[in-house]
Amino acid sequence: MPLLDEGRSSLIGYLPAGFPTVEGSKSLLKAMVDGGCDLVEVGVPYSDPVMDGPTIQAAADQALANGFRLRHVFEVVEAVSAAGGKAVVMSYWNPIYHYGVDKFSRDLAAAGGLGIITPDLVPDEAAEWMAASQAHGLNRIFLVAPSSTEERIAMTAAASSGFLYATSVMGVTGARDVVSNAAPELVARVRAHTDLPIGVGLGVKSGAQAAELAAFADAVIVGSAFVTRSADGESGVAELAKELAEGVRNPVATAS
Amino acid sequence: MTDKHDPDQRGYFGEYGGRFLPEALIAAMDELTAVYEKARLDPEFTGEFDRLLRDYAGRPSLLTEAKRFAEHAGGARILLKREDLNHTGSHKINNVLGQALLTKRMGKKRVIAETGAGQHGVATATACALMGLDCVIYMGEVDTERQALNVARMRLLGAEVIAVKTGSRTLKDAINEALRDWVANVDTTHYLLGTAAGGHPFPVMVRNFHRIIGIEARQQCLDLIGRLPDVVAACVGGGSNAIGIFHGFLDDPEVRLVGLEPGGHGIESGEHGATLTEGTPGMLHGARSYLLQDEDGQTVEAYSISAGLDYPGVGPEHSYLKDIGRAEYRPVTDAEAMDAMMLLSRTEGIIPAIESSHALAGAQVLGRELGPDGVILVNLSGRGDKDMGTANKFFNLVPESDS
Repeated sequence: MPLLDEGRSSLIGYLPAGFPTVEGSKSLLKAMVDGGCDLVEVGVPYSDPVMDGPTIQAAADQALANGFRLRHVFEVVEAVSAAGGKAVVMSYWNPIYHYGVDKFSRDLAAAGGLGIITPDLVPDEAAEWMAASQAHGLNRIFLVAPSSTEERIAMTAAASSGFLYATSVMGVTGARDVVSNAAPELVARVRAHTDLPIGVGLGVKSGAQAAELAAFADAVIVGSAFVTRSADGESGVAELAKELAEGVRNPVATAS
Repeated sequence: MTDKHDPDQRGYFGEYGGRFLPEALIAAMDELTAVYEKARLDPEFTGEFDRLLRDYAGRPSLLTEAKRFAEHAGGARILLKREDLNHTGSHKINNVLGQALLTKRMGKKRVIAETGAGQHGVATATACALMGLDCVIYMGEVDTERQALNVARMRLLGAEVIAVKTGSRTLKDAINEALRDWVANVDTTHYLLGTAAGGHPFPVMVRNFHRIIGIEARQQCLDLIGRLPDVVAACVGGGSNAIGIFHGFLDDPEVRLVGLEPGGHGIESGEHGATLTEGTPGMLHGARSYLLQDEDGQTVEAYSISAGLDYPGVGPEHSYLKDIGRAEYRPVTDAEAMDAMMLLSRTEGIIPAIESSHALAGAQVLGRELGPDGVILVNLSGRGDKDMGTANKFFNLVPESDS
């Protein structure tokens, strides 16, 4: 079954496992599913998140301070599956490498996880992950960036499955007021190389932005905004998911 | 490739190195690799680099025999490679001059860098002032406090110094913050990494900018004593000064290469930065190498009295040299390093950096092992002026009541 097959642009929401606590993250992720996220990214809190801005850094620090252990990610993924949601894991590579790439893949698949997004693993270094993902039937979601060359986009697309993650801006995670104008151009460039769905992330925080992205992207990815709204608990997260879900269902083409 | 000790095309020394970095940075790493590979063979570039090392940094640096210090090192002969005499006070100037020249070749106008003790930050700010580049230095908040003098130096040189308040607020977090800046500004900005770590090509490039240390020292040894040393000793944080001096002796199998790591309060205390002694392989800041990490692969915070060695990772070539047995690595505690700092000051009139004092303390032990027939070459990688605050606190040199 394809990871994303909604016949429209999908909504992908991110929250770290263990944030603010392991049990708390299960409830928040369930609220995201109930609110209308088609897929959730379960983040692995990491000590050195170089691709993340202050919001997600602080959430990861809080999760680690509250006792998050890597094994907890499997029970969080299980909880998402049990709630009827679809989950992939997003993780910096060292925790997975240290756990054992094959063992992590096996345990994630057993928990119902559908793939891994790898922000600091490029296909060039992914031989072990290619083998493990095939063995355990997981999707490999690599990233492309506005700085990627055509050659690298083609190579990355060929190595990917499920969807391709297009980072719409050059920079770290964090909500932004304006959707980057680099996003449509990047999506168009990627489109030329693959039939895989293309998800766009980095900076989205509102239903209006989601609607704008949905006009050209197959999926809209929202992270920091969910972390921020989780201060309002499950209802806050569910409300944001509803607003964004509404956005992806009503794409608005912009003038540009 | 021009050197048999270079990594493979993907930047691997054995199984260490590579590029574990966001895709957003790969194009910049490819560009840097291409520009560097061309420059290292271009007489115009190498000529300009050599000229700057000579006329600006003050190379070659001296080789000084430390006879009175040697009495406290089992009577072995101790030869000091005087990187402390370079302009800006440490070996760091070699690498920054090379990378600043590359920055200009790439047409970039802005340079960012991390710094621990502030030596690399000062060196970077210096090269940027010389070459008219904008300069932003990321420095852990803890380090801005213990190395306040170097913050002042960087600002006087025109650099912007940003105190990093995340994580352990030391070198590791300064690198994280610099990488975040780089992802956002990679079109206009060169990340002038200060040690022989990080994604390819940094480990090989930084090593090669520092290999002059080993080349000079080897010849100076031959000139002075008519033979090679038995041991080359250098401190290892990220490992740039050590790899620079080791490189000159890699093809001399009779010369032992010993890296001295920060043992902090002692290995058994758990408060140290002895990555090669106590770490396991993993990825941090772009390369696979030894790493201080917990059972979940989370980076463990390092500790050292020396801000420049306070780092939980290490350059990949050191990991390789350890695994193949070509180099050995030993821990030196804070107290041992501080004693060596005082000893060199009082026996030779040379105040070493606390980083380099780890190598001196290691040399004392090695000297006792070798006895009077032994010859130890120590890389005195930096001078201790920046460390007076720490030394004062440690030795109570200026008691409150005196001041």
